[in-house]
Amino acid sequence: MNKEFLQHMANGISLGSLYALIAIGYTMVYGILRLINFAHGDIFMLGVYLTFYGITYTSIPWYIVFILASVITGFLGVTLERLAYKPLRGSPRITILISAIGASFLLQNAGVLVFGGRPKAFPTPEVFNKVISIGEISVALVNFIIPIVTLILLVILNFFIQKTRTGMAMRALSKDYEAASLMGIDINNTISITFFIGSFLAAVGGIMWGIKYPQLMPHMGVLPGLKCFIAAVIGGIGSISGAVLGGFILGLGEILLIAFLPSLTGYRDAFAFILLIIILLVKPTGLMGEKIAEKV
Amino acid sequence: MKKKVLLFVLSVVLVLSVLSGCGTKETSGNDSSDVIKIGVLEPMTGSSAAGGEMTVEGIKLANEKVSTVLGKKVQLVIVDNKSDKVEAANAASRLVDKDKVVAIIGSYGSSLSMAAGDIVKNAKVPAVGCSPTNPLVTLNNDYYFRVCFIDPFQGTVMANYAFNDLGAKKAAIIQDVQQDYSVGLSSYFKKAFVELAGSESSIVGESSYNTGDQDFSAQLTNIKSLNPDVIFAPGNYGESALLIKQARELGITVPILGGDTWEAEEFLEIGGDAVEGAVYSTHFTSESPVTEVSKTFLEDYRNKFNKEANAFAALGYDAYMIIIDAIEKAGEADSVLIRDNIAATEGFIGATGNISLDINGDAVKSAVINKVQNGKFGYLTTIEPIK
Repeated sequence: MNKEFLQHMANGISLGSLYALIAIGYTMVYGILRLINFAHGDIFMLGVYLTFYGITYTSIPWYIVFILASVITGFLGVTLERLAYKPLRGSPRITILISAIGASFLLQNAGVLVFGGRPKAFPTPEVFNKVISIGEISVALVNFIIPIVTLILLVILNFFIQKTRTGMAMRALSKDYEAASLMGIDINNTISITFFIGSFLAAVGGIMWGIKYPQLMPHMGVLPGLKCFIAAVIGGIGSISGAVLGGFILGLGEILLIAFLPSLTGYRDAFAFILLIIILLVKPTGLMGEKIAEKV
Repeated sequence: MKKKVLLFVLSVVLVLSVLSGCGTKETSGNDSSDVIKIGVLEPMTGSSAAGGEMTVEGIKLANEKVSTVLGKKVQLVIVDNKSDKVEAANAASRLVDKDKVVAIIGSYGSSLSMAAGDIVKNAKVPAVGCSPTNPLVTLNNDYYFRVCFIDPFQGTVMANYAFNDLGAKKAAIIQDVQQDYSVGLSSYFKKAFVELAGSESSIVGESSYNTGDQDFSAQLTNIKSLNPDVIFAPGNYGESALLIKQARELGITVPILGGDTWEAEEFLEIGGDAVEGAVYSTHFTSESPVTEVSKTFLEDYRNKFNKEANAFAALGYDAYMIIIDAIEKAGEADSVLIRDNIAATEGFIGATGNISLDINGDAVKSAVINKVQNGKFGYLTTIEPIK
């Protein structure tokens, strides 16, 4: 019993840190722009496909492809913002939200056209497949790498937002958009940087996802996108540490649910949404979210 | 300036739309008189996309080979059911209501076929499934037929293989609860295995997942602790490949068996080294052609697609040929007459063997057992149907 429990915990932590990684990008864009970027999951998908094509069709070493693909995905995110969100800046928030949903569908269907409907296999570099056994527990190396990558990115991002001038501009933007622009902050630039980082993180998450679950489909971003949105809300949307916490709660919760209540396996995805509803009812600001004072 | 550009673009669009309007009208004028339409209902996107595409390849090849019947051109109307039950019902409605097809081929996936079941029955348009193996697809439906065997046989074949060839005494089952195919096949395997082993406790564990799941570590950790001799895990090629990969990562070394859906290139690509040794049952193998038609089919397929044909392409080919044969015998493109002639199919020589449809509209055929060897699907043996 004990060794199974440890194995379940290891599985849960590995899944949770993957959710956390994707949720960070989600929450960052929201925290700064108050925009739920529903196309985040599809940006994630683009990142995975770029990596796939980079490794399969070029002779560039995989680690360089990883970096290149993430950077290109970052720029794709910036382009998306320019095309789909910027023209609507100043419109009611719901308009931009609908534009985000539209962008998400557009990317999915363009994905089917360009990449084809049949799944592709992610060309995982051999190193990641190495299985490590500790006592009775055995996990693939990638499961160790994901939490480490997540934590490193968390630290870097917190430093960036709290300590750099650009980070300060982002925070100013999130507090008061108009006042920030009056203070001489370059709004367009700051928003572009935010989208770049958010999409870059989506791509990193996507690559890790591809290594762990090497099946690529144009619609692959939908469910992870939704789950990570939920993770971000649980942690308190806008809070980066909260997104990581939310990701871990969701990942561990899912694994433990199936492990100990196998008859509820069919409700795996429903579990995430039920958690979302409970959080919204009990603590709408999330576990680590700031309390938003409503201006009257 | 901007306005002028906009005006220009708009006028171009307008002119183009008028032109394209003319184009469609012309073809639709031709439709009713000298074209016979056959609908193809297959998943071209989503979790079963590979299966649908392979089947359509076989259908297109057959259509090239026999492109006219009763002196009219046969037109294929291919619709994508997106591997989704609701979409499958919509797509089938579209085929019978809007495209007015005389017969339908498809679909890969039992659940997708069952979703179209009532629609073809009410519209009185016969449908011939290529590879939906769940018995319920054709049961109590006079308009649904299939050119493949059904799961009670497939489940028994795999249970026999596990018990007799592998010497397994304890089996575990992992099924996809959203696929009628997986649930049905698992239950037939279980029934046959329990009978062979002589005890209910020979099935040590049953676990489940949903279509689209990517992580199976919790289910597999539980299964591992039960120490089965063999694991039966029928499901979509994508999910199954991930499942086997994760099983091997968790240190599960026992053989893992499945059904005909595993036969897709993606299964090998996604699973990589992990799926080496996986064994599954299927309908046909290019390594052991059964009829003269099989040989010509394999050759034509090689010439057209530059690769070896698999079971789904062969079944698609046969389904098309059976419909053409029925239209010819009917003497006119009338759905109900075609249905009667499909039902009467007896000793039809197809690429996958001799096809005779029984009272339910199911083909009684032999099964092939394949094993993944050196990164390829390798032929093990052929099992004759139980008479």
